[in-house]
Amino acid sequence: MLKTFKGLPASIAALSVVALAGCADTNGQSADTDAPDTAPGDTEVVRYDQNPFPSTYEPFESGVTLITGATVFDGVGGELENADVLVRDGRIADIGQGLEAPEGAEVIDAAGRYITPGVIDIHSHLGVYPSPAVNAHNDGNEITSPVTAEVWAEHGVWPQDPGFDTALAGGVTTLHVLPGSANLFGGRGVTLRNTPSRTVQGMKFPDAPYTLKMACGENPKRVYGNRGQAPGSRMGNVAGYREAWQRAVEYRRSWQNYWEDAEAGEDVTPPTRNLELDTLMGVLEGEILVQMHCYRADEMAQIMDMAEEFGYEVTTFHHAVEAYKIPDLLAEHGACAAVWADWGGFKMEAYDSIPENLALTHAGGACAMIHSDSDLGIQRLNQEVAKALSDGRRMGLDISDADAVAWFTSRPAQALGILDETGSLESGKRADLVIWSDHPFSSYALADHVYVDGALMYDRADPQRRTIRDFMLGQPGEGDY
Amino acid sequence: MKKLLVSFAAAALSAAPALAQDVLVINNGRVVTNTDRGVIENGTVVIRDGSIISVGDPIEYEADQVTVIDAEGGWITPGLFHPHTELGLIEVGAEGSTRDDAADDSHFTAALDVADGFNPNGTHIDEARTEGITRFAVYPSTGSAILAGRGALADSAGDADSLFAARRFMVVDMSSSGAATAGGARTAAWAFLRAAIEDARFYPGRFMAHHEGDAIDRYDAQAMVGAVRGEIPLVMIMDRASDIRRAIRFADQYPAIRVIIAGAAEAHLVADELAEASIPVIYDPMRNLPDSFDRLASTTEGAAILHRAGVGVAYTTAGSDLYFNPRLLPQHAAIAVAHGADWSDAFRAITLTPAQLYGVGDRYGALATGYAGDVVVWDGDPLEVMSAPTRVIIDGEVQSMETRQTRLRDRYAEIVREGGAAYRH
Repeated sequence: MLKTFKGLPASIAALSVVALAGCADTNGQSADTDAPDTAPGDTEVVRYDQNPFPSTYEPFESGVTLITGATVFDGVGGELENADVLVRDGRIADIGQGLEAPEGAEVIDAAGRYITPGVIDIHSHLGVYPSPAVNAHNDGNEITSPVTAEVWAEHGVWPQDPGFDTALAGGVTTLHVLPGSANLFGGRGVTLRNTPSRTVQGMKFPDAPYTLKMACGENPKRVYGNRGQAPGSRMGNVAGYREAWQRAVEYRRSWQNYWEDAEAGEDVTPPTRNLELDTLMGVLEGEILVQMHCYRADEMAQIMDMAEEFGYEVTTFHHAVEAYKIPDLLAEHGACAAVWADWGGFKMEAYDSIPENLALTHAGGACAMIHSDSDLGIQRLNQEVAKALSDGRRMGLDISDADAVAWFTSRPAQALGILDETGSLESGKRADLVIWSDHPFSSYALADHVYVDGALMYDRADPQRRTIRDFMLGQPGEGDY
Repeated sequence: MKKLLVSFAAAALSAAPALAQDVLVINNGRVVTNTDRGVIENGTVVIRDGSIISVGDPIEYEADQVTVIDAEGGWITPGLFHPHTELGLIEVGAEGSTRDDAADDSHFTAALDVADGFNPNGTHIDEARTEGITRFAVYPSTGSAILAGRGALADSAGDADSLFAARRFMVVDMSSSGAATAGGARTAAWAFLRAAIEDARFYPGRFMAHHEGDAIDRYDAQAMVGAVRGEIPLVMIMDRASDIRRAIRFADQYPAIRVIIAGAAEAHLVADELAEASIPVIYDPMRNLPDSFDRLASTTEGAAILHRAGVGVAYTTAGSDLYFNPRLLPQHAAIAVAHGADWSDAFRAITLTPAQLYGVGDRYGALATGYAGDVVVWDGDPLEVMSAPTRVIIDGEVQSMETRQTRLRDRYAEIVREGGAAYRH
C-alpha cells in the first residue's frame, strides 16, 4: 500500500493507486501481441495489446547484505541514527538498530556514512540525447508535427549512452526518459532501471505506468511558428491541445460503444486503430500519467483548467520555474512540480527562476521534487536538493533534511507511479539504495556503493565494479567517470 | 573632524596610516589568504580607501570612522574571480535583442570588443555578486569567424565603472566548432589563425602595399597586434588532447604569444607537457562526459591530475552556463575537491589563478596588504553547496545582497489569492 507522508496531497496518492492498478490490468492482457482476444460467446471482441514492448529486466545477482551503523534517510521523512539495513532477495528485508547478520550475509560497515534510497530522476533525456551528442544521436524530438502522441521515447533510447554509467555513479537507480519539448504532445516517456542491458526492454522498469510528455509555451510555438505552421502562439498551443483531446474523447467513446455492443454479442465493426489517440485515450483512462513541460504560473493554471475540461489530471509539471507563485493551485489540482534548483534565464519563460522555488512550492503545500533534464545534473541531484533546501531555510522555511531527501527519492517515485516498488527504504520494497561517503547534502559526498535490486552495481573503491557502455571501449577515457 | 583611535590588543604597527580615513574591519572569521600565510584562524582583515591594509592580527590605526563586520566564526575569503563568463552580455539566452556576445553577421573579428556591449545593470551580475563573485572575465562568443574578439574584466558591483579593464585578452575558437566555422576542418582553423597572426605581425606595412590581409582586414589586424606581441593573452578554445598538443607546438613557434587554453577537457592527458610549456588552462571540473568526440576522455579526476602536474588551472562553469549561473563556480570547484584536488588548489582556481591569468594577480584574488578590498564573508566553507555569503565587499564597499530574484522571492513568500494585493511592493 502506498504510504502517505507529510504534505502529500491525498489526491496524488489516489492517482498513483489508480495508475498502478491500471498498469497491472494492462500487463494482465499482454500475452498475445496484436491478436484479438476471444470473449465468452462467439463474438470476437477486438482489444489491442497495450504493452507490445514488455520489460525483460532481470535484477543482477545479489546476496544477503547487512549494512550497519549508518545514518539512514528512509526517503519518506524518516532519519535513523546508527541504523542497519538488511537486504535479502533484492528487497529491503529490515531496517533498525542492532540487526543480526543472517548466516552467510555480507556485512558492510557503514559507520559514519549515510544511506538514502536510490536517486530517481523524473526528467532525463539519457539515451534519446546521448553522449556523444552527434547528429546521428538526436532521437529525442519528433519535430515533424506538433502532435506526436504516437511516438515512444523507448524507441529512441540508445542503451549504450555512457551517461547511464556516470548517472549510476551519482546514485541514480531509476530514471524517467522523456521525449523533448518541441511538440505539444511529444510522445510517451519510459521509466528505466539504471542497469546495463543490450536492449531497452532490458532496462524497462517492470510494470511502471506509461507517461505522456506534453509541452507548454515557447518551444512548440517557436518550432512550428517559425515554419509558418500552427502553433505559432500560446493561443495556438492551447487550441492544439484541445483539438487533440476532443478527438481523444470521441475516439474513446467509439471504443467504449464498440466494446459495450460487442460484449453484448452484437455484430459490430471495431473502430480504426489510431496510435496517437491510443496514447491520449490511455490518459483519459487514468493509465498513462501526464508529465508536462511548463514554466509559467499562468500557463500551468490554464493547463489545469483544460485537464478538468477533458477529465484527466496533470501528474507533474516539469521545470515549473514559477511553481512558487501557485503552490495553492497545484495542490488543489493535485499536480506535482519537478524543478531545477537554480537553472533559468535561457528564455523569457525561465526568467523568473528563483533558487527558493522548490522549497517554497513544497512549503506551500504542493508536491515538489528535483529533476535534472541534464546528463551532468543527474549525477548530483543530492547536491541540487541541498542547494534548494539551504536557500529555503535561509528565507525561514522549516524543512528537515529527511523531508528534503524525499525530493530526489519518494516524490519522483510517486509521480512516476512506482512508489510501491521503490523510492523509499521500507521492508518489502526493491533494495535500491546508496551508501554515501558523507552527508548527501555535502559538496564532498560521493556515492560509495550503489545497489539496484540488492545488487551492487557501483563501488567507488573498485574500478572493476563499474559499468562501461560499449561506446567507451577502446576510447581514451574508457572507465574514467 | 573627529578622530577615533581604534586599538586592538597586542598589535604590530605594520601599516600606520599617514592620514586618517574610513576603515572597514572584518573580524572573527577563518581567513583564507591565498598567500604563504595560508589560513588564519580567527583573523581580521582591515580595508582602508578600497584596499587591504592588514590581514591576520589586529592592528592599530587611526580612522575617522570605523565599520566593523563580525564574521561570527564564518569564513573570510578573497572575492571569487570567475575567469570565463558572458555576464553583462546576455540577459535572456533565447532573446537575441538581449544578447551581445556573438556578432554572427559582422565581418569584423579581432576588433570586436565586449566592452562595447557590456551592461553592468544585467540582473545576473547581481546574482553572481550575492553568491560571492566579485570579479569576472567577460568573453565574446564566436560569430562569423573563429576570432571572437577581445574580452574584458569587470567587477560585480553593477556600477557605471564596473568594467575596469577592456581589451584584456583575445579569444579564438580552435575546437571542432571552430573548425566548422573556419571552413569545415581543423586545418582551416589553424591556417586562418596563422594567417591572421601574420597579418597582425606585418601591420600596418602589409596593408599599405596590399590594402588587405591574408585572413583579416586592416582594422582587425590592428586589434590583433596586442595578442601577437604578448601584451594580452590569446585564449584558445579547445578540448581534444591532440588539439592541445598542437597549441603547445604553436606556442613554441610563437614565443611572444601568451597562450591560455579554455575548455581543455582532455588537458589531463597532456598535463606534463602543458606544465613544461607553462600554458595555463580554464577548465570545468563538472564536465566528465564524452559528450563530443573532442571530449571523450573527460573525467572529474582531471582537475586533480592537472594540479598535481603543476599546470595553472582556473575553473569555469561551462557545464552549467556562463551568463545565468556563473554563480555556481564554488560548486564546480567542490567537484574537483571531491575527486582528489586539494581544497587550497581548488579555491585558488576560482580566485587568485584567474586574476593571474589576466595579469591582475597582484591586485585581486588574495587577502594581503595592497590587494583590492574584495572580501566575502561566508557562513561556512565556501565550497559547500549549503554555504552562502553573508557579506560581499568590493573595493572596500559593502554591497547590496538584493537581486531581482530576492524581490520575486519576497513577493511570493506568502501567497495572496485573487482579490488580494498581489502586486504590493
